[in-house]
Amino acid sequence: MSKTDKKLVIFSDIDVEKALKSALQKSRPDLINEVRDSGLKGRGGAGFPTAVKWNLAAAAQGDRKFVICNADEGEPGTFKDRLLLTDYADQLVAGMVLAGYAVGAKEGIIYLRAEYAYIRKDLEATLEKMRGKKLLGKKIAGKDNFEFDVHIHMGSGAYICGEETALIESLEGHRGEPRNRPPFPVTVGYLGCPTSVNNVETFITVLHIVEKGAKWFKSYGTEKSTGTKLFSVSGDCDKPGVYELPMGISIKKLLETVGGEDAKAVQVGGASGTCVPRKDFDRVIAYEDVSTGGSIIVFGPFRDMLEVAVNFMEFFCDESCGQCTPCRLGTETLLEGLDMLDEGKCSLKYLRELCSLGETMQVSSKCGLGQSAPNAFLSIVENFKSEIFDSRCTCR
Amino acid sequence: MSNNEKNTKFGSDRAPASSVASSVEVAKNEKDLGAMVAINIDGNDLKVPFGTTILDAAKKLNIKIPTLCHHEDLKVAGVCRVCVVEVEGQRTLQAACAYPITSPMSIKTYSQKVRKSRRHNLDLMLKHHVGECYSCFRNNNCELQTLAKEYGVDHYRFGHDTEPHHDIDRSSYSVVRDMNKCIQCRRCVRTCIDLQEVGVLEAVNRGPDLDIDTFASMPLGEVVCINCGQCINRCPTGALRANDPSDEIWAAIENPKKHVVIQTAPSPRAAIGECFGLPAGTSVTRELNTAMRRCGFDKVFDTNFTADLTIMEEATELLIRLKKALVDKEQVAFPQFTSCSPGWVKFLEHFYPEYTDCLSSCKSPQQMFGSIIKTWYAEKAGIDPKDIVTVALMPCSAKKFECNRPEMQDSGYKDVDYGLTSRELAQMIQETGLDLPNLPPSDFDDPIGEATGAGLIFGATGGVMEAALRTAVEIVTGIKTEKIFENLDIIPVRGFEGVKYMEIKVPAAGPVPPILSKALGGLKDFSFLKGATLKVAVAHGTANAKKVMEDIKAGGKFSECHFIEFMACPGGCLGGGGQPIPTSPEIRAARTQAIYAEEKTLYSRKSHENPAVDLIYKEFLKDGPCGHKSHKLLHTHYTKRGCKIV
Repeated sequence: MSKTDKKLVIFSDIDVEKALKSALQKSRPDLINEVRDSGLKGRGGAGFPTAVKWNLAAAAQGDRKFVICNADEGEPGTFKDRLLLTDYADQLVAGMVLAGYAVGAKEGIIYLRAEYAYIRKDLEATLEKMRGKKLLGKKIAGKDNFEFDVHIHMGSGAYICGEETALIESLEGHRGEPRNRPPFPVTVGYLGCPTSVNNVETFITVLHIVEKGAKWFKSYGTEKSTGTKLFSVSGDCDKPGVYELPMGISIKKLLETVGGEDAKAVQVGGASGTCVPRKDFDRVIAYEDVSTGGSIIVFGPFRDMLEVAVNFMEFFCDESCGQCTPCRLGTETLLEGLDMLDEGKCSLKYLRELCSLGETMQVSSKCGLGQSAPNAFLSIVENFKSEIFDSRCTCR
Repeated sequence: MSNNEKNTKFGSDRAPASSVASSVEVAKNEKDLGAMVAINIDGNDLKVPFGTTILDAAKKLNIKIPTLCHHEDLKVAGVCRVCVVEVEGQRTLQAACAYPITSPMSIKTYSQKVRKSRRHNLDLMLKHHVGECYSCFRNNNCELQTLAKEYGVDHYRFGHDTEPHHDIDRSSYSVVRDMNKCIQCRRCVRTCIDLQEVGVLEAVNRGPDLDIDTFASMPLGEVVCINCGQCINRCPTGALRANDPSDEIWAAIENPKKHVVIQTAPSPRAAIGECFGLPAGTSVTRELNTAMRRCGFDKVFDTNFTADLTIMEEATELLIRLKKALVDKEQVAFPQFTSCSPGWVKFLEHFYPEYTDCLSSCKSPQQMFGSIIKTWYAEKAGIDPKDIVTVALMPCSAKKFECNRPEMQDSGYKDVDYGLTSRELAQMIQETGLDLPNLPPSDFDDPIGEATGAGLIFGATGGVMEAALRTAVEIVTGIKTEKIFENLDIIPVRGFEGVKYMEIKVPAAGPVPPILSKALGGLKDFSFLKGATLKVAVAHGTANAKKVMEDIKAGGKFSECHFIEFMACPGGCLGGGGQPIPTSPEIRAARTQAIYAEEKTLYSRKSHENPAVDLIYKEFLKDGPCGHKSHKLLHTHYTKRGCKIV
C-alpha cells in the first residue's frame, strides 16, 4: 500500500500531544465552532456536518453520553481507515478525546471491523501509552472536570454494522439491524444515551482543524466540500493505494494521479456508490456532485460491466440485514434480473420494471444500505445499456 | 441495583429485547413534551401532540394508511415498508408507523411515489409467499390478501414461487408453522420476545436468506415454546396456525358407537360471534349450545362447572397450606400459584422449575372436566368411558398440549381427547351452514351444565382470583362476601393492568364447614387467620408473570403473597391463542365487558353455591375437596423442565 507524498491535511505533520492539550484549552463552544467554520462533513460517506452532530449530542439531555468511532470499514474497495488505524492511531484517539470534550461524553468506543482484529493489539498499546501520558483517563491535560477513556469493541463481520444505528444495536448485543430514525443516535443512541458516531478519518481531521484552523482547512476543497479526503484507490490502475486529495477533484484528474487514464468507468463510493462512465469523467468528487466515503474502483477498458453489476448485487444480497422488504427482496430480484440479462432472457419491459423497483428501494428502504443498494445497478444499466443489454438480449 | 435494572439485565440474559423493537421515542427534551405540532396530511390541517406517529395522526383524520408489520400490541418495527408516506422536503419516504412528528410537516399518504412503493413492496412479499389463498385457513381474513386486493395486484410482477421451500413444522401439539407463507414481518418474533418474553422465535440469517426460526432450527415441539399461540393471533398471514383436530372430531361424531361430549370454556362464547360478523363483545352462549348440538355433539356441558370445582379444590388447597404453615408450623411452599393456564404452567416449568411446588396441584378446569366425564358422568349415564370422546372448546392453543400431557389420564383413559379452539369450532359451524347468531338459544346439559358467575369470570384476567376470593373470604370469615365487597365485585383484581396486587384483612373467623373438616384435619374454626392480612396478586401475559417471578426470586413484595393468579395470555383467556383473529386491546376489552355483563345475569356468583358442585361432593368425591378421590382425579403434578423438553 502506498500513500501520496504530498502532505495536505491528514497526512500533514502534527504534534499530537501538543495539539490535544492546546485544543482542550478552548471552551466547548469554541471547539465546536472551529469545526463548524471548517465546514467539515462526515468522512464515512453520508456527509453529515460534524459540528451539527456534535452540537446535537452536546445539547441532548443525559447523564451519560458516548462517542463512538466507526472503524467498521466495510465498503468494498475502501481501506483508508486501515491505514489510519495502524499508522495514525494516536491522532484518532486524540480526535475522540476532543469529541468527548465537545459533546460532554466520558466514554468512547472504537467499533473495530472483525477483519481488523490484528490491529487491536497495537491500538490497545496506543491507548495505554496515551493513558500513561494522561491524555486519556481522569483529568486529561490537567483539566479537573474532564475525563474520557476509550475501549475497543470488535465487530463480527457484518457490513450493515457500519450503519450507525445497526452498529449501536450490535454494541448492545443484538442482531446488527438499523433502527427507526428518528430518534437519531445523538439523542437516543447506545444504551439509550446521546451518542455521536463518527468515522475514523473525521476524528483525525478534526484534530488537524482545531490545531491549524478552519481557514487553513478551507483552503482546500470546494465551497460546499471543504478540505481534503482520503481515497482508497483500487482496480485497473498503475498505482493503487491510499491518496489524500483535495475535495472537488475531477475524476479525470484523479485517474491521472493514479495511472488509470484508460479506464472505461469508475465506481465512486464503493458498492453503494455510483458507477461513472468515461463520458462523465469531468465530474468532480464532492458532496455536491459524486459523493464518496473514499472508495474509488477503476474499471479498465476490458472489464465486463454486467459482471461488475452482478458482483455488487451479490454483495448486497449477502449483506442486507433482511429486516425491510425492499432491501431483503429487492436486492435478490435485481440480482435475478442481472442473471436474466446475462442469459439474454431479460426483456426491455422487465428491465424498466427492475429500474423502477430500484427507485422504490432508494426511497422506501429503512436505511442507507437498502437505499443505496440499487445505485450501482441503476447507474450501470443507464450508462452501459448497450453493453449489458443490446449485445445480449435475444428476446426484445 | 433497582428492580428495574435487574429486570433489564435479566431480560438480556434470557430473551433479548428484539432488535427491531426500538419503539418510537419522544425526545427527552422536557420543554417539548406536551407541545402541539401543526401538520398537514393530504391537504388537511391538524395539530398533534409532539411525538405522535404519522400513522396515529392520520387516524385522527380518518385517513387510512395501510400497515402490515405494525400491531397495536407490539413494539414498532417499521420493516414491511407498506405504510410509507411522503414527507415534503425529504428525499426518502418514511414509515408512518415509526415516524414521530416533532416538527411541522406536510405529508402525502397516497402520492404516485407512495403508491408505487407500496405496490412494489407487496409484489416483493408475494414472491416467496407460497400457497394458494383458497387452500388457506386465513382466506378472507388475511392482511396480505386484503392489501393485495386494495393495491390491485393482478399478477406476480417479480415472479412467484410455486414449490414450497420449507417443510411444515407439525411437531407441536399446539402450533403449526408453515414458513412458506411467512413474509418476515416479525410480528411473531416481537410477540414471543417482547410481549411474552419467551424468546422461542427469532430472525436468523441475512438478506433474502432471512428466516424466522427457532434455536438451532429445532422443531417447535422440541424448544421451550409455551404453546400460548399469541404468535398465531398476530400473524398477518396463514404462516402460523393451531393444530386443528376438527377432522377427528367430525369422524367421532359420525361414528355411532362414540358418545361425543363437548365442554365449553367461558371465553369462546364471548368471542366466537366475531367469526360470524358480530361485533366484538357479543356473547352467544346459548345460541352456541344449539349450534354444537346441531353439529352432532351428544352433550353440551359447561366448563364453568369445573371452574367452580377448581375453586373448591384450589381454595381448600390454599387453606391447607395456610394451616400447615401457621398452625402446624410446617415448611410449605408459598405463594400458591394458579395452574389453570397451561401456557403459564409450561412457562414456569421451563423458566422457573425451582418453583413447581408453588403451583397449585389442581388440574385446570378443562382437565378436571375430562376426568369427571369419563368417571362420574360415564357411571351416571351408563356409558362405557372407552366409548366417550371428550372435546374441549377452548380459547387456547396450549390446551391442546395440556390434554396430551402423559399424566392427564387419571380416569384410566385420555381425560380430554381433543382441545378445540374458538376459531376451529367456528369453522365447523360454518361447514354446517348454521347461522350462529340467529339460532334459537338453548341451555347446557345437566348435571354438569350448572355453573355460577364465578366460573364464568375465569375467562378474564383476575377472574380466577376474584372467584377464589368470593369463596375463600366467605368460608374463612363466615361473613357473606357481598357484605365485604359491594355487589360481589372485587374491583382491584380486575382490569388490564399487567400486574395487580391486593391485600385483604381477615375481619372475623368463621367455623370450618363440614365439607372441609376432613381436609383441614378436624380444625374447628379459622381463628388462626383472624386479623391476618391475605395478600394476593394477578399477572397476565408471561412478560408480566416474569416480572412477578423475578420479584419473588429477589425476595420482593410478591414473595410475601399467599396466592397469585397467573395467565399466560394478555387479558387472560379471552385473549387466548385460540380466539378469533385479529386481536387488539379494544377487542379484548369488549370481550371482557361481555363476560362481566353475562355474569350479572346468573343465579349465583359464588362457586360453593353451585348445586352441582354440592352434588358431586355428596355423590362421588365423598371425602371432600382435596380428599383422596379428588386427589386422584382432580390433581396433578409438574415437571421441572428447565431448558429441556422432557
